[in-house]
Amino acid sequence: MNTPASNTPSPHRPAASGAQTAIGVENLRCGYDGRVVIENINFTVKRGEIFFIVGGSGCGKSTLLKHMIGLHQPTAGRVVYFGEDFTNASLARRREHLKTFGVLYQSAALWSALTLRENVALPLEEYTTLTKQERDIVVAHKLAQVGLSGFEDYYPSEISGGMKKRAGLARALALDPKIVFFDEPSAGLDPVTSRNLDNLLLSIRDSLGTTLIIVSHELASIYGIADRILMLDREARGAIAEGPPAQLAVSSTDTRVRDFLQRGALARPQRDEFKVKK
Amino acid sequence: MSISTTTTSTAARARAVPDQDGVRLELGGSWQITGGTPEWASFDTASLAALALKAGRLRPDTSQVTEWDTSLVLFLREAFDWCENNQVEPDESALPENIRRPLKSMRDARVRPIDRQRRPNILATAGLASVSAYKQAKQFTQFVGECVISAFHLARHPKKFRWRDCLQEMQRCGAMALPIVGLISFLVGVILAYIGAVVLRQYGGDIFIATLVALAMVREMGAMMTGIVLSGRTGGAFAAQIANMKTGEEIDALVTFGIRPVDFLVIPRIVALAIMMPLLSLYSNALGNLGGMTVAALLLKISPSAYWIQMQSALDMSDITTGLIKAATYGIIIGLAGCLRGLQARRDSAGVGSAATSAVVTAMLYIIVACAVYAVLFNILGW
Repeated sequence: MNTPASNTPSPHRPAASGAQTAIGVENLRCGYDGRVVIENINFTVKRGEIFFIVGGSGCGKSTLLKHMIGLHQPTAGRVVYFGEDFTNASLARRREHLKTFGVLYQSAALWSALTLRENVALPLEEYTTLTKQERDIVVAHKLAQVGLSGFEDYYPSEISGGMKKRAGLARALALDPKIVFFDEPSAGLDPVTSRNLDNLLLSIRDSLGTTLIIVSHELASIYGIADRILMLDREARGAIAEGPPAQLAVSSTDTRVRDFLQRGALARPQRDEFKVKK
Repeated sequence: MSISTTTTSTAARARAVPDQDGVRLELGGSWQITGGTPEWASFDTASLAALALKAGRLRPDTSQVTEWDTSLVLFLREAFDWCENNQVEPDESALPENIRRPLKSMRDARVRPIDRQRRPNILATAGLASVSAYKQAKQFTQFVGECVISAFHLARHPKKFRWRDCLQEMQRCGAMALPIVGLISFLVGVILAYIGAVVLRQYGGDIFIATLVALAMVREMGAMMTGIVLSGRTGGAFAAQIANMKTGEEIDALVTFGIRPVDFLVIPRIVALAIMMPLLSLYSNALGNLGGMTVAALLLKISPSAYWIQMQSALDMSDITTGLIKAATYGIIIGLAGCLRGLQARRDSAGVGSAATSAVVTAMLYIIVACAVYAVLFNILGW
């Protein structure tokens, strides 16, 4: 969703104004079966921002994401979208909110009994009044956006992992959501496909002004496209850093943050330790 | 003069206004794909044509648009397509770059018709089904052969047999199936007795209801009903478990360790079923006869002791043996069908469901076939 359609071209910036807060997370506590995984989570994300949730395995990244999109109810705190409380909203209001979300799951979660065309068309059939001809145009456009023209009639089982991710993204973008959530978008992808996906995310943000929330620990993606990151830690059971990744990598006083963000730089000298001694 | 279409006063609107350069297509309001947006089809294109043809140019103006998404781009695409078909020149110079880019992308995206080649015709479907049936028969034969080889191998090396898995499966498919097998068998006994009572009463042969129920349950229905229950309960579960393992590449992991999936997964399950099915069948016979006895006592006023004596005189060892042989065979069939369909499953979530369904259908089909074969065979043998 873009606002407003001014006549001044702005090719490299989100069409939306960056000042408006898209997401506000306030004192959120998440967990399962009485067990707290993360607590005291507070952050805001501006409209059109690319925001990464990072951290080691088991720190609660995916848990936080699931609580943000309403798959699980937090035990305390709330999530606010565009100034409106989502956590405590009525069921009907939540459904309205959900129309403005897009989610790309780790496994892409395409409906296996439907072709790619049908996968992307289903949300349009459910939530819009578009005619079949108009839906076909939108589906062709969305699949072309992710580079899947010509694969309309393929089933998910007939395409590769990277293509599934892109098809999942096309489906997530079908209703032009204001916010798109990604759970490990680069997981299982080769570096080139992963970089192409990153470029795609950038172009979507730039053209549509969509807010992107990405759960990942891929450093290349974090440095490549993140405006800001939120770092979670398992032992701290919450957030330990928030800010632009490049800035945190050099100026954070927390060694856990620096170690995580400088892992790429540290990896090279460590390799020398494995050289065969003559 | 102007031509307009709108949804509500605050929502998206479109209006064509003649100006000095041609016709200005004034677009305004909030364009959201999930809300109501003006449709090009509902635009008064005939009047627009009169205006635009005179001017020869259509210039969209989005300066009054407050919010937009794909719905606006879609409207513009349809407007531009209309221009092309009506010799009107579209002027996109007033459009901002962030609208022009997706508009170009949407106009470039080709709407392809559904590829019918990928959905074969009836002849091709019949051909593919025949090939598939041949392949499945071949796979089934190979699988049975592999199971026989594996069974001999494990008989020579009993330490390699997964006894613990086998006992767990025996508990799952045997002890845990007692309530459902018991209930169904009791009710089958009741049904048989009711049907028998209607006929036998007319000839004064009420006591022969015990003979009817005993022979039907012990020779056929006990094993058959247990087989049908276990096809759904255990065969489907075997297929789903193994298909799930296949999806998670657990079967591949076994193969790369040099462990034969048939040794590890199939034989313990088949052995468990081959042992438990006859036992469950005996239990089913007892419950079925109890059902018959209940109906006889309540409906025909035949005492349980009289029923018992008549039942004993009707049955001999060969009846019980034939029932047990059938039950063991059905057990092997259920195990084979469940494991085979699990191993043949596609590596996705839909494959798991299909495998379970296919296992149940296959097991029931082969149980009926085996029942018919045994009927002929035992008749020839005089059992």
